[in-house]
Amino acid sequence: MITPTHYMLLSAALFIIGVTGVMVRRNIIIIFMSIELILNSVNINLVAFSSQLQNQVGQVFAIFVIAVAAAEAAVGLGIILAFYRNKETINIDEMNIMRW
Amino acid sequence: MRFIWLIPLLPGIGAAINGLIGIRSFSRKAAGALATTLMVAAFGVAVTAFWQLLQLAPDARAYDVTVAQWIPSIPLAMRGGALGAFQVPWGFRLDPLSGMMLLIVTGIGTLIHVYSTAYMADEPRGGVARFFCYLNLFCFFMLMLVLGNNFLVMFVGWEGVGLCSYLLIGYWYEKKTASDAGRKAFITNRVGDWGFILGVFLIFSTFGTFNFRAIQNAAAAMPIETSHFGVLSFICLFLFVGATGKSAQIPLYVWLPDAMEGPTPVSALIHAATMVTAGVYMIGRNAVLFSRAPMVMEIVAIVGVLTALMAASIGLVQYDIKKVLAYSTVSQLGYMFTAMGVGAFSAGAFHLMTHAFFKALLFLGSGSVIHAMGGEQDMRRMGGLKKYLPLTYATMLIGTLAIAGIPPFAGFFSKDEILFRAFLSNKAVWVIAVAAAMMTAFYMWRLVSMTFYGGYRGPAWQAAGHGAAAVAAAHGAPHPADVHAHGQAQLRSHEVSHGPAEPHDDGHHADDAGHGHGAWHGPHESPRAMTMPLFVLAVGAIVAGFVGVPTALYGNNAIEQFLEPSFTAEQAAGGAAREVRPNDVVAGAPLENGRQTGETRALEPAPGAAEESGARVSRAGELGLMAFSVLIAAAGILLAQKFYVTSPEISDQLAERFAGAHRVLSNKYYVDELYNATVIGGTFSSGRGLWAVDRNVVDGAVNGAGRLTMVGSWFSALNDRTVVDGAVNLVGSIVRAGSETFRRFQTGLVQNYALLMLFGIFAFVSIYLFLR
Repeated sequence: MITPTHYMLLSAALFIIGVTGVMVRRNIIIIFMSIELILNSVNINLVAFSSQLQNQVGQVFAIFVIAVAAAEAAVGLGIILAFYRNKETINIDEMNIMRW
Repeated sequence: MRFIWLIPLLPGIGAAINGLIGIRSFSRKAAGALATTLMVAAFGVAVTAFWQLLQLAPDARAYDVTVAQWIPSIPLAMRGGALGAFQVPWGFRLDPLSGMMLLIVTGIGTLIHVYSTAYMADEPRGGVARFFCYLNLFCFFMLMLVLGNNFLVMFVGWEGVGLCSYLLIGYWYEKKTASDAGRKAFITNRVGDWGFILGVFLIFSTFGTFNFRAIQNAAAAMPIETSHFGVLSFICLFLFVGATGKSAQIPLYVWLPDAMEGPTPVSALIHAATMVTAGVYMIGRNAVLFSRAPMVMEIVAIVGVLTALMAASIGLVQYDIKKVLAYSTVSQLGYMFTAMGVGAFSAGAFHLMTHAFFKALLFLGSGSVIHAMGGEQDMRRMGGLKKYLPLTYATMLIGTLAIAGIPPFAGFFSKDEILFRAFLSNKAVWVIAVAAAMMTAFYMWRLVSMTFYGGYRGPAWQAAGHGAAAVAAAHGAPHPADVHAHGQAQLRSHEVSHGPAEPHDDGHHADDAGHGHGAWHGPHESPRAMTMPLFVLAVGAIVAGFVGVPTALYGNNAIEQFLEPSFTAEQAAGGAAREVRPNDVVAGAPLENGRQTGETRALEPAPGAAEESGARVSRAGELGLMAFSVLIAAAGILLAQKFYVTSPEISDQLAERFAGAHRVLSNKYYVDELYNATVIGGTFSSGRGLWAVDRNVVDGAVNGAGRLTMVGSWFSALNDRTVVDGAVNLVGSIVRAGSETFRRFQTGLVQNYALLMLFGIFAFVSIYLFLR
């Protein structure tokens, strides 16, 4: 039987993978996708606890997060496009003009 | 007589108008006419007042008028505890002495104004008005001096005439010698004025008043200081110092010869007839004081007679015609002081009067000669002028005979009176005075001979009407010792220089362009405005002596009797005593008037003793002395005639034989050099010393303070730079060094930031979990 612990383990695994992706990848698209992983790990947590605690607020919250993620993806991809037009690259190491 | 204050005021008004308006806008004629008219008016008032004075009884011939209060009454504690009142009125006094001076100043002043209108006609327009302004101002102050009835009013005049003398000597102020001479006169006079004002201070502290009559009455009650040098002697000594300055006596006579740099009418009026006699007048005014200080009287007599001798001896060898007359003036003033010193006050005043006539005459005559010679003053470049200047020659001859003491001219009577009194008083003084009299006759005849006799030695001139050089006279060979004289003539070229080509009417200044030195057409007689005063003064030089014919010559010595009241204390409580404010008289004098009347006569050595001792010399003796002095004068004249007319080579031989003496005399006994070396040099070196002190000590202190401040501020700046700035910079450096390290965190890489955030969260969570 699948217990909340399994869900939480899955969620934690996804979260770790996401964070690791954000930390180590240089391609900004990949980083973006890693952020989606992090968000979805949260969603899994929310839905799992909603079902466990018989409270629908968690599911509603998950839908909100999905909506915000969609919006964030739109804005983020816009920024990436604009950046690409300027610098002909999407390597995050090149994005360092705000430094000392 | 109520209007005697008008007499000084009239020329004063003239000076104000000419000075304020005339210099800018009056023509030459208008300025001269205004000044002369006011002098004539003053002379008229003076004659009227004098006539009224003569109508009074001889003892009551005094009139005081107070025009206004000058210094209102100030209570003042006097020496001895009494309370005096310090108050000075503008008071004027007419008495025989001031009356005589009044007539001299206004009368001769008027004549000299007339003379000046012609003599100064070639000056620029403003200059003429300035000249007449000064001349009128001089008359104003001189009349104040003469008329003042107290010492302070007299002092105003005394200083004022000094000022005008300075202004007029320096009239040609663009000429260095003239302005120097003016300063010399002024500064020398200051030395005398110092003595005068000390005397006045001492008088006030002794008597508590400035009023002449009150002082005389008070002094008459004091004993004669025969054996000790008391307060009266000191007063008289100080006053005499003042007189030596003003009247050019040893040791302060040096300014008068230099004063000849002024225009000749000025020399005649100020430096011969009037101002220089102010000292004599002042001593006469205070005759009562002086007769109570016999030791000072002796000093006066000795100084006077030595001055007479010294100045006469310098006059023997001078070549400048005006310098001869200047030394003659000093010498004659010496005679007057001799007279004062031996107590013959009226004889001194008498000589003052006659001298005013003949010396003014001689100066104006010399002015006429200078005018004729186109500004030449050196007698070596004159000669034979008798034929060109007959009127000037005749009048100057009269003046010369008068000053030499040839009867019946004026100088004979007055000089003989002085010699007679000197003989009675002190034989040594008499001997010196007689020697000086002989020198007087000699140098005056030398002047006349060199100027009017012999051949013409002056520069050649161009015949009138010819532009091309047609030399009319043999070109006089320049005298070997002539260099400076000729230079002088050049310098003076603007003094008086116009040719006879133009008519001698008053309009001859119409064409200024024709008045250069070059337009001089030979010696010529002066215009009428210049010869007229010569005539009048010549008449005066002849007749002025007759008011003082001595009793030995069956005269009545009218002038002595007339002047007598001015030289003695008040005889009775009546008379002019009304005019004297009783407050001003120190207690005692008025009370003892009765007794004093008798005593005064007996105590006064002045006229009393002279009369007394006069009785010891018989009439024959007196006549003998007279004849002797005439002989001496005649000998002087004959000697000069021999030396300079009949055999002129003798004078040169003598000058060679006694070269040393001649050099000493030519250089005026080196007195100027002595004064330069001592007094003037001393003043200069003490000035330089003080300057050095100023530069080194005072400036040094200031500069030292400055330098000290600079050093202090340098340290202060160092402190600022190192400590204060150092602290600020240190803070900055620390911050900078810190930021060098910490700003490395600002990589600009998002992933670094994310990593740090992760660490941070991990750390916080760890702490939270750990500490829970």
